Amino acid sequence: MSEMEKISGTGVYVQGNDIDTDRIIPARFLKCVTFDELGPSLFHDVRFDEQGNTKSHILDNPNYKGAQILISDANFGCGSSREHAPQAIQKFGLKAVVAGSFAEIFHGNCTTLGIPCVTMEKSDREKLARLTLDDPSADIIIDIKALKLVCANNIFDIQMKASAREAFLANSYDPLDTLLVAAADVAQTAKRLGY
Amino acid sequence: MAKNLYQKIWDDHVVRQLDSGQYQLFIALHLIHEVTSPQAFGMLKDKGLKVAYPGRTFATVDHIIPTDDQSRPLADEMAEKMIQVLSDATSEAGIEFFPPESGSQGIVHVVGPELGLTQPGMTICCGDSHTSTHGAFGCIALGIGTSQVRDVLASQTIAMDPLKVRRIRVEGALQPGVSAKDVILHIIRTLGVNGGVGYAYEYAGSTISNMSMEERMTVCNMSIEGGARCGYINPDDTTFAYLRGRERVPEGDAFDVAVGKWRAYASDEDAKFDDEVVIEARDIRPTVTWGVTPGQAISVEENVPDPDHAEGLDKSLISDALNYMQLTANQPIKGTKIDVAFIGSCTNGRLSDFREVARLIEGRKVAKNVKAIAVPGSEKVDKAARALGLHTIFEQAGFEWRKPGCSMCLAMNPDKLVGDEVCASSSNRNFIGRQGSPTGRTILMSPIMVAAAAIEGAVADVRTTFNLEQTS
Ligand code: SF4
Repeated sequence: MSEMEKISGTGVYVQGNDIDTDRIIPARFLKCVTFDELGPSLFHDVRFDEQGNTKSHILDNPNYKGAQILISDANFGCGSSREHAPQAIQKFGLKAVVAGSFAEIFHGNCTTLGIPCVTMEKSDREKLARLTLDDPSADIIIDIKALKLVCANNIFDIQMKASAREAFLANSYDPLDTLLVAAADVAQTAKRLGY
Repeated sequence: MAKNLYQKIWDDHVVRQLDSGQYQLFIALHLIHEVTSPQAFGMLKDKGLKVAYPGRTFATVDHIIPTDDQSRPLADEMAEKMIQVLSDATSEAGIEFFPPESGSQGIVHVVGPELGLTQPGMTICCGDSHTSTHGAFGCIALGIGTSQVRDVLASQTIAMDPLKVRRIRVEGALQPGVSAKDVILHIIRTLGVNGGVGYAYEYAGSTISNMSMEERMTVCNMSIEGGARCGYINPDDTTFAYLRGRERVPEGDAFDVAVGKWRAYASDEDAKFDDEVVIEARDIRPTVTWGVTPGQAISVEENVPDPDHAEGLDKSLISDALNYMQLTANQPIKGTKIDVAFIGSCTNGRLSDFREVARLIEGRKVAKNVKAIAVPGSEKVDKAARALGLHTIFEQAGFEWRKPGCSMCLAMNPDKLVGDEVCASSSNRNFIGRQGSPTGRTILMSPIMVAAAAIEGAVADVRTTFNLEQTS
């Protein structure tokens, strides 16, 4: 079984449509030459004021400490292509994102890093969000193979991009090794195109 | 079988299909900059890999470079380090690098086209979402994340799912005072910020064919703001005329051969599209954003929306955006006071942008209390503008004329909003905190609309500020 077949943990709901990558990680935190230190800056400006005092964001609520599944609304991750955004999510300790829909570059970045992006029908997603609001300790299981999400005795259907799901099930979500295998074909293509 | 441009380029550049169902796509041109690429070189090192096709990657610095004093070492240590890492990594790999003072430095999406690196029929990648800009030349131009930058460096390929193609036909003549920026803001407003998810946008129709290359780049630049993975325009005589004589473009007979090849990439007359939208140019007005996404836009004549007339999540989105922008439901957007005026960025930092504005502001003055800055998109734009004396016109009107870079488009260099300042901006994003202050407010508009706002000290209608002749 692929290590990515099932993901479980508690959830945290960050509400809002069109949450952009500038919100997920403001540009000033992109001044870095490695991604290692990004975790604490996740959603920085909605979590802290200009003096660095907490604004009591849900991510800082002790009840949601250790949550592993981020739940949000439509068009999550729109905006810049910065991989700093999924890197910050991962370094913060989150393992999967459930949303209404995803911006594509963000989705691709998450997949490569091994963060499954899962979509759910609006009513199901609202119900899931409500479950985590009512009981922060409610366990969630995302079953990528069966395309189901289980939370507090509810079983929801989930959707995933087919190629991403395949890649997670085959443990090949980081495509680099696969791409490198075809070096000879790549050289052939370059030659054919006159590059 | 008839094909559109997207299908032709895709079919040409596919190496093979992968087990996941994705395709391995050859990348003709790879552009890199200091923010999203140094980490990729680190990843290669960790895996003991080398850059496979160093001649197909080009580097510059744009995001973190200050626009006043660019002397090295930069005052900001981390910024200096980022440039240094990029400079070392590119020289080690044998990648060409255009640093400040090279004569070719600038915003990566300004530099590629002006050097002629960007050519029709190419697949182009850059670790930057506005790579879509290059689609203006008839390319599949994709913004990618750092792990994919690593993939391109190591293999000159990426793994990708094919896209659907939506043709957006814009037809007719634009009214006076309406620019390419208004066209794309209008398209995003109409189709929504996620209307393009899963699509490549083909921009077509008479309005688009009549545009210059610089206007086409403005349109393609913001494809990503409409949710599309990329956007393109079919190459035509305007494209070839722009490319002729550029540094990295073949000369003489080789140019004619190239044109033959480039022309063949244009969508066939009877090509099929997954979707089609028609937009009438006469419906487009000077457009400005009122909220915190590029889709929250209205014409300058309109009032901002009322959350009480919206439903569900829309209601809270609108009221949150109005609160953030400190606007009241139903108020006219015109007359909203501004503190800063910014002309520049990869959307509108090209020579024609400054030329257009200079023509209008000559002899006029920026309002007191407005800080106005003009930032050329590249050293070449700067040089050409200076040769025409444009910088003097800007300076006499009260603008600061800066050195090339991304400047106030995003908050990674010293050019930032302070507190809740309002900025009339020719850039492409009005997200919360985008311009450097977590409470700063951005109103997106065309460069000539920024000029009008700068002069009036408030959001203004370019047509009245500059007495542009009205037709109806
Ligand atoms: S000008 Fe702005 S949008 Fe363009 S590359 Fe620079 S930061 Fe990105």
